Amino acid sequence: MKAPGGILASEQVTKMLSLDPDAIREDFPILEQMVYGKPLVYLDNAATSQKPRVVIDELTQYYSTDNSNIHRGVHLLSERATASYEAARVKAQRFINAAESKEVIFTRGTTEAINLVANSYGRANVKAGDEVLITAMEHHSNIVPWQILCDEKGARLRVAPINDEGELILEELAALINRKTKIISLVHVSNALGTINPIRAVVEIAHRHEVPVMIDGAQAAPHIRLDVQELDCDFYAFSGHKVYGPTGIGVLYGKAELLDAMPPYQGGGDMIASVAFDKTTYNTLPYKFEAGTPNIAGTIGLGAAIDYVNKLGIERIARYEHELLEYGTEALSQISGLRLIGTAKEKAGVLSFVLDGVHPHDVGTILDREGIAIRTGHHCAMPLMNRFGIPATARASLAFYNTRKEIDALVEGIHKVKEVFA
Amino acid sequence: MTELQDLYQELILDHGRRPRNFKALGSANRSAEGYNPLCGDKVKIYVEIDGNTVKDLSFEGSGCAISTASASIMTETLKGKTRAEAEELFQAFHDLVTGRQVRIDAPDLGKLEVFSGVSEFPVRVKCATLSWHTLRAALNDEGEVVSTE
Repeated sequence: MKAPGGILASEQVTKMLSLDPDAIREDFPILEQMVYGKPLVYLDNAATSQKPRVVIDELTQYYSTDNSNIHRGVHLLSERATASYEAARVKAQRFINAAESKEVIFTRGTTEAINLVANSYGRANVKAGDEVLITAMEHHSNIVPWQILCDEKGARLRVAPINDEGELILEELAALINRKTKIISLVHVSNALGTINPIRAVVEIAHRHEVPVMIDGAQAAPHIRLDVQELDCDFYAFSGHKVYGPTGIGVLYGKAELLDAMPPYQGGGDMIASVAFDKTTYNTLPYKFEAGTPNIAGTIGLGAAIDYVNKLGIERIARYEHELLEYGTEALSQISGLRLIGTAKEKAGVLSFVLDGVHPHDVGTILDREGIAIRTGHHCAMPLMNRFGIPATARASLAFYNTRKEIDALVEGIHKVKEVFA
Repeated sequence: MTELQDLYQELILDHGRRPRNFKALGSANRSAEGYNPLCGDKVKIYVEIDGNTVKDLSFEGSGCAISTASASIMTETLKGKTRAEAEELFQAFHDLVTGRQVRIDAPDLGKLEVFSGVSEFPVRVKCATLSWHTLRAALNDEGEVVSTE
């Protein structure tokens, strides 16, 4: 990044970047604050992302003017709320390029989406002696629901291994697929490592064996362009709060023919066509899987978040974040005694590391006092930590509103940690 | 930086780096395991109890500087103490790290005083108390893994 005459002026650097983070930061009121007398450096985006003002305003607007229940009111407010709720479904559909909006089921988040598939598809299709295949880099939310299912059915949970860089070993995954394999569920982008998995390739192999594939897209949706038709995956889940939307709302995408054949996940209002004590007829998609009054405000807020991401452009976001990741990788690699965990060739937004002689928890506390928010611990991926022989990592995770200056602050903070523990 | 200096005092850093009594104890007749699911800290405490006296104790595990130093200094402090004395020290230590007034009639905390800075870091209290909770389980022979949650 050096010009012939020396280091580029920061103005020139900004021009070369694909986004202007300083302008974007003004959209996020929370980022303006000081913590412990220092500017907040928020690098915990993989845990949850911050919300742009348009999302916060949308929630206020909804509760101030449109709040009412959906799908059943004859009055104007209900009509408006229903229209906004269903408009958000179409936004989500386009965001992941699903073929039809009825393939978009609103859930509480990725975790509930995976539980829905494990409970509904899983219980209907997995029998004693069958196998469910996951990978060694899964979040607990893509391990435990399948474990519960396998325990109940007497089925077996198989785990595809990863290499030392934190990449899925595709041949090993392929070798684990057999006639007993009933579903494969894997993460698109690893929360602890940042690895981007070759989903298209996994789906191709799986479909050759007629095995459906579920994708945990919680960490992918905020960072890379999604196209579920191109991926040809059978299920895809993501969370609203990680794509700059509210908490408590997420999406399960499923191919219509699979969802149609699946039994309901929860019973209640809105998921029925008619109810009598001797027989209930279920509603059609997507409502069959949306029992009870949903998170209406959250859904509408998610719609606003998707609009915001679209306005910036997910391709530009991905490019900018990639540049920032490269900058951060280079900067952290210069620190002696620091080891990056997760060095896959295809990576998004995560700098997970361990520091010689300092426990990640202590790193986190000292950085916190410097105003830098990172995550420390096992990142809900304890088997993955075991794979690398470490109890925990410190993890800085990026969003498009992060800057090189913030990476510099992180580096400076890590040097402070080393001073304390020198 | 002062609160951080209060937290990471030299004695804590020293015990974090070079924990004392960090081994399995062959003569132990009690042991218990403790776990902090939030940060993954694990500790196993070994105790040789003779009548009512903690004759010897040691620990193994992995954790942050605070939890390692806490376990290390605890094992040093409690050697030769009675069960009742150990319990009283735990009470006083707990008051210290949670920022409560330590009772006037409490026993002298000695080296354990270096953990006073923890009270400014509420999320780190569990790091400091994990080994003590685990010790209590070992003394009471509860047999189950102690969790901070």
